[in-house]
Amino acid sequence: MSELSVNHLLGIKYLSERDIQLIFETADHFKEVINRPIKKVPSLRDITIANLFFENSTRTKLSFELAEKRLSADVINFSASQSSVKKGETLIDTVNNILSMKVDMVVMRHPSPGAGVFLSKHINASIINAGDGAHEHPTQALLDSYSIRERLGEVSGKNVVIVGDILHSRVALSNIFALQLQGANVMVCGPKTLIPKYIDKLGVKVETNLRKALNWCDVANMLRVQNERMDISYFPSTREYTQQYGVNTGLLESLDKEIVIMHPGPINRGVEITSEVADSNQAIILNQVENGVAIRMAVIYLLASKIK
Amino acid sequence: MSQKVLLNAKEVNIILHRLACQLIENHNDFSNTVLIGIQPRGKFLAIRLMQMLTDEYNIKDIQLGQLDITFFRDDFRRGDKTLEANSTEIDFVVEDKKIVFIDDVLYTGRSIRAALTAIQSFGRPDEIELLTLIDRRFSRHLPIQPDYRGRQVDAINEEKVKVNWIENDGEDSVYLIEKENAES
Repeated sequence: MSELSVNHLLGIKYLSERDIQLIFETADHFKEVINRPIKKVPSLRDITIANLFFENSTRTKLSFELAEKRLSADVINFSASQSSVKKGETLIDTVNNILSMKVDMVVMRHPSPGAGVFLSKHINASIINAGDGAHEHPTQALLDSYSIRERLGEVSGKNVVIVGDILHSRVALSNIFALQLQGANVMVCGPKTLIPKYIDKLGVKVETNLRKALNWCDVANMLRVQNERMDISYFPSTREYTQQYGVNTGLLESLDKEIVIMHPGPINRGVEITSEVADSNQAIILNQVENGVAIRMAVIYLLASKIK
Repeated sequence: MSQKVLLNAKEVNIILHRLACQLIENHNDFSNTVLIGIQPRGKFLAIRLMQMLTDEYNIKDIQLGQLDITFFRDDFRRGDKTLEANSTEIDFVVEDKKIVFIDDVLYTGRSIRAALTAIQSFGRPDEIELLTLIDRRFSRHLPIQPDYRGRQVDAINEEKVKVNWIENDGEDSVYLIEKENAES
């Protein structure tokens, strides 16, 4: 029998290929569970999980909470906007206060890169990173790869392009690590201003022409333009961005083959992809959301089994 | 390695025929009955019984499923190792059906307790029966007894009863193995 090589899920870069396969195999079973008439199993009825969201989130928070409840864990939710963080409490104090209430696992989203790693060194609980600044968002990358595996049979050997705002995206970095670990070829595509310098050192191809990128790939993961993270202007206008980097049906039909379209959400319809594309059969955006619950159940289950 | 043969292939075959006949006695044409093998090892017995009912007793269209109980077990995080799940395949409605749970060895009864909880996720069956090839007497932790049993066995806790199937293990047989040589 096998278990994860890690006690926390802080980022994909700490996982092995075997860990990812174990998470996928476990998620297969949970996907069957969440399609039953009664979608709940009692595995984690003695575990309490705190969801600490120091940054806004809708689907990730809902997905984690649903996954926890489907496993019968007790769940407490915390949003920074309604808490003593505003009164000046430090992160360790906040978390330690919550842990004093006998919490076994922490799911945390935080605007600072490395917040999860920092916390794991100071507190005694299993930690799942639900996004730390522009660093990593491991469960998103896992569900993205899982969705590719589900649609195309395997991830290994596939060409995947990540399009858009790579600079501000934790989804991009986690996806690059996860896809490479599974033997996929990765390309990033976007305006030069939104592609980090030296990203080619990670072994990814860089392309600024969307048509070339789409012709190369089997899967295109379209990222959202994160206006809220942009302190300066990275491109002249949204309209110009859409013209250069937006995917529409005309563009997809002009390609040699049918590619798979992914999007981590929330979609800016009409900016990075048009409504027709988002709602087409080529898009697996809602499959990603469904798989998100199964993947998070698998991660929580596997980490909880290591809590003694 | 110290092990003793409890049943050989011929004896297993005779017992399977008897169990199949007992099932027919109670369930006639199986129109309102479904067979459910308990994963991982009950699957082989369930498939074998269904083949026998179909091929030798000419009962067609028996519904057969496999139920995994991993997430319903009560020893999660109590052992050293992570419990590994198997697939559940129940592609039919269990509501108001008669269910026969099928497992190879009945020991403490905890697996069957978990299976009773797990099956509730699929609906409310009319009744549930239990068929096991081996019933280890005097070792139950819970008030659970089989409705159909192949053979009763007295084994102490240090011993393990291992049921082998030709399709998985190369032969049909049942062994009593001393625990230090047992896998789990």
